[in-house]
Amino acid sequence: MSTDVESTTAAAVDDVVPTTWTGALRKRWVRSLPPEKLLPESQPAYVASWIYVFGMATIVALLIVIGSGVVLTLGGLQWWHTTPFGRFMNSLHFWSVQFFFFFMIVHLVGKYFMAAWRGKRFLTWATGVVAFIMGLATAFTGYTITTNFNSQWIAFEAKDVMNSVGLGGFMNTTNVGQMSLWHIVPLPLCVGVIVLMHVLLVRKHGVVPPIDAIDPALATAPATESVTTAVAS
Amino acid sequence: MSEEDLVNEFAVSLDQPATYWQIWEWIQVSLPNLIVILMLVLVFVLALVLPFPKGGDAS
Repeated sequence: MSTDVESTTAAAVDDVVPTTWTGALRKRWVRSLPPEKLLPESQPAYVASWIYVFGMATIVALLIVIGSGVVLTLGGLQWWHTTPFGRFMNSLHFWSVQFFFFFMIVHLVGKYFMAAWRGKRFLTWATGVVAFIMGLATAFTGYTITTNFNSQWIAFEAKDVMNSVGLGGFMNTTNVGQMSLWHIVPLPLCVGVIVLMHVLLVRKHGVVPPIDAIDPALATAPATESVTTAVAS
Repeated sequence: MSEEDLVNEFAVSLDQPATYWQIWEWIQVSLPNLIVILMLVLVFVLALVLPFPKGGDAS
């Protein structure tokens, strides 16, 4: 996206004087995250590295987790043990979760060694950490509702953990109904919202550069042409 | 060899405890977890050293 278009958009937003809360919200949104940043057509050259792939890989795995999870809910608990299609969806759900965490850990370690909280990106880092923790909670409740001997073992071991930390009165891990609802509604909703915030923050502040690279988000020089490449195309 | 025989030949029985290794006095890891950890390290290193396919020309 050319600099001309960006400046035109920013100028157009600055000229508008909102008279309604929706207009004020739009103005704040566009100033904070203009369309050129939200849906960029190019990325800095250093993004053309495999270590920058794992964030997106995590999101793809999450989409498969959500899609297969939605299908699993349709037949109620246990149907995935008794039909070939159910067993397939159960396995797809399980393995996409494994890949979700695998990719997320590689992503996390890569960003840790890049000190990805640099350049006003603390919230981006923090939302990633929270997404990881919420993902663990969601996966944990999922393990307790697979309706097999393994899930019984996990649920009863976890019950002692919950009791020991004082959460047993709120969260009964041996209650398949309660764990199912936690696993299907509030926890995935939290993961989805936090991941969305994480992605929007990445768009707003830009992808974190390697330690020794120039950060386009902080560079004062107007032209970044020499360090950009159309990796998205 | 039928498909069932083939599966039985190579199937790993999960109906038993995993093999655990006492690496240090206070560090114990199961073989499945150790394999996953080594795979994580391998993928991380490969991501750093493997060349990335070139994208489009500079914009």
